[in-house]
Amino acid sequence: MAGKVKWVTDIEKSVLINNFEKRGWVQVTENEDWNFYWMSVQTIRNVFSVETGYRLSDDQIVNHFPNHYELTRKDLMVKNIKRYRKELEKEGSPLAEKDENGKYLYLDFVPVTYMLPADYNLFVEEFRKSPSSTWIMKPCGKAQGKGIFLINKLSQIKKWSRDSKTSSFVSQSTKEAYVISLYINNPLLIGGRKFDLRLYVLVSTYRPLRCYMYKLGFCRFCTVKYTPSTSELDNMFVHLTNVAIQKHGEDYNHIHGGKWTVSNLRLYLESTRGREVTSKLFDEIHWIIVQSLKAVAPVMNNDKHCFECYGYDIIIDDKLKPWLIEVNASPSLTSSTANDRILKYNLINDTLNIAVPNGEIPDCKWNKSPPKEVLGNYEILYDEELAQGDGADRELRSRSGQSLGPKAGRSRDSGRTVLTTWK
Amino acid sequence: MLQEESDISLIIAQIVQKLKGSNLYAQLERQAWGSWEKRILKSLNSMCTELSIPLARKRPVGEQKELLNKWNEMGTDEPDLSLFRPVYAPKDFLEVLINLRNPNYENGDSLSFRTHLGLIQVPLKVKDIPELKECFVELGLNTGQLGIDDSTQVPPELFENEHVRIGQKVLAEQDSAAAQQYIRQGSPTALRAELWALILNISSQPEDILYYEQLKTNVIQHDLLVDSLIYKDVKLTASNDDYYFVFEDYLYQVLLCFSRDTSVLNHFAYNSASPPKSYIRGKLGLEEYAVFYPPNGVIPFHGFSMYVAPLCFLYHEPSKLYQIFREMYVRFFFRLHSISSHPSGIVSLCLLFETLLQTYLPQLFYHLREIGAQPLRISFKWMVRAFSGYLATDQLLLLWDRILGYNSLEILAVLAAAVFAFRAVNLMEVTSLAAAEAVLADLSTLKVMPLLQIFLFATVT
Repeated sequence: MAGKVKWVTDIEKSVLINNFEKRGWVQVTENEDWNFYWMSVQTIRNVFSVETGYRLSDDQIVNHFPNHYELTRKDLMVKNIKRYRKELEKEGSPLAEKDENGKYLYLDFVPVTYMLPADYNLFVEEFRKSPSSTWIMKPCGKAQGKGIFLINKLSQIKKWSRDSKTSSFVSQSTKEAYVISLYINNPLLIGGRKFDLRLYVLVSTYRPLRCYMYKLGFCRFCTVKYTPSTSELDNMFVHLTNVAIQKHGEDYNHIHGGKWTVSNLRLYLESTRGREVTSKLFDEIHWIIVQSLKAVAPVMNNDKHCFECYGYDIIIDDKLKPWLIEVNASPSLTSSTANDRILKYNLINDTLNIAVPNGEIPDCKWNKSPPKEVLGNYEILYDEELAQGDGADRELRSRSGQSLGPKAGRSRDSGRTVLTTWK
Repeated sequence: MLQEESDISLIIAQIVQKLKGSNLYAQLERQAWGSWEKRILKSLNSMCTELSIPLARKRPVGEQKELLNKWNEMGTDEPDLSLFRPVYAPKDFLEVLINLRNPNYENGDSLSFRTHLGLIQVPLKVKDIPELKECFVELGLNTGQLGIDDSTQVPPELFENEHVRIGQKVLAEQDSAAAQQYIRQGSPTALRAELWALILNISSQPEDILYYEQLKTNVIQHDLLVDSLIYKDVKLTASNDDYYFVFEDYLYQVLLCFSRDTSVLNHFAYNSASPPKSYIRGKLGLEEYAVFYPPNGVIPFHGFSMYVAPLCFLYHEPSKLYQIFREMYVRFFFRLHSISSHPSGIVSLCLLFETLLQTYLPQLFYHLREIGAQPLRISFKWMVRAFSGYLATDQLLLLWDRILGYNSLEILAVLAAAVFAFRAVNLMEVTSLAAAEAVLADLSTLKVMPLLQIFLFATVT
């Protein structure tokens, strides 16, 4: 007789627990025999660490890859993408093609970024080329907008200079490491407001790469009107879209939470900019997500006990070019509005349906190919096996995220889908 | 010159009415509107007195400068609006309509009307389903529609691609009449902004932009009491809406200018209402000191800003957005909150709705009546707002496509009836008005075109 799935979590969120309970799963502690553990990123570090780690058995699944930080730490993500691009260039791949200014045509999707203090001098050189530009400083290991600030003068980051005598940083401690990226000061504005996109992507395996995009992503709007004016550089309500920051603003609204569905965005863009450029934008967004996953796939520990649901943050500039800002391993499961709660509940539900087939005790040796019916609001973003099996003549493109419906969205794919076969 | 034009239009309108033989109704309308208008004005004036705020005042220079700086973000201004109340809400207006009675109406005339059990007691002529089918023939089962035939299961080659191609052709030829015919089958998202502009005859000429700028200057220089009502309305409605909160600032920019636009007064020539008048302080009753208040003659009610909000999805240039809204208002929206016998007027729409329900869903109608849930009490607010804020935006735009295409608001009444038909099973089980309201509280998942099509063309009549 098949037993019930035994679950553990160290994240006390109702959207998770309700999903486990509705499946009739049984809660246990981590010291007992468990089948499913929804862990925080601290815990995954322990599970897989050399000293304290332990072997997982075939009937155990966890929600993170051991070295997810290759993708989810800002500095490592950039490092891996740079490495990936260089490799493609070396093999002469058409993907690595550059334009006459030396910019990658297809792989320029991360704003120019340097690590501090390691690349300080390189950064200074770049900074001096366009001294009126604004840069954004982000601590490598933090989230929710903590510790982020904008600079437009070198003096503001003096203490990261390696030669600086006043520097007081503790050498090479990862806690002090920052990345500095060129700030996108021409974001696409809607209603005069800046926003970013949060998209959820589920990866069930890296080699072969199989990933799914959640159709119901959302836009997070700043409550204050955007201005690139230098006097407002310190006003985080203007610049940072993180809900954790925005919700302390005076104008934060608890009904809609400053969020729009991606389908609203699509409707707005199609209506005001036209269909072709909108479709192109969404295709590019899917492209950059897949490329970022391909970039880290070779270095990822593709442990068969793992799956992971990432929160991708993307900004669109006023030329309708999407930029990858960062990838989150532990996207927030807190709900700021009623709609939010429903969305996250459904997200977890659909994620579990894919990761734990039939809600039964998992066997991590399964082929990780769920049937189409269980995808729910996910759709296949990229399936390496399928893509390779198809041969070069299938030039069909996946048009995911095209739903025109309201919050509950509808996919345009069930009648017409086909995968993108980027090679 | 404006006065002459409107005088002449008024005379013509009156002649036309006489010819139509609806003089009777004209009298009725004027009486009813007259007393309603008095009530609204009284409400406005008393608010003005209570709060010791003038209906209008010139802004001091410092304040003008400040407003100019904040023009693009008036939403962040937080004036104390707690003492302001909307002058009226749709349900107040409904009470007025319910009490409309034609004192000259003779019993003998139409027996069938005596059995009308709805709230509206004015015997206007409304269409039945066979007539509606003729009128809305393009919504039939054999004609392709956007909102149905562009769904996921239908390959685009069957309808959508060709329809888009035709739309592009219509735009290239700038053929307004063809556009109106074309849009009856719905507009492709990417073409909608241009198609609506073409049908409404809006082209942004330099003089239009200048006109808008002048209105803006007017706003900067003078403060009107109505402005606070507009602020309050936006804050209460659009700011809390999942779709429209983003456009809050555009709404102020449009509505504040709108209230100062005297060209809107022209629509009163074919509107049997008349613009509310106010008098310069101390000169009450003296016609030479009468001014229209607000300058455009339209006092906003609770939810008024929702007429503008959906348009923000299509137009992001303020003067264009303004022009489109103004034209939509003087062609269509004004009919939803003034009393007239026009087939697209709110009275006719209410009657059409009730008649459709009573004739084709009699069991449901009687049941709801029995439990004290007259259907119109629920559907009225949908129709007054042309469903804005109740439907998902993409669905709303498909609906408004048809309003433009058929140059009529009757489709609002048909949709309202179709919604009741769709939820009939649940409604039959409720036992109170509150429960009925709950069943019909959330329309955000409805697909408008299938509902309309089924109701008109697939229901046994």
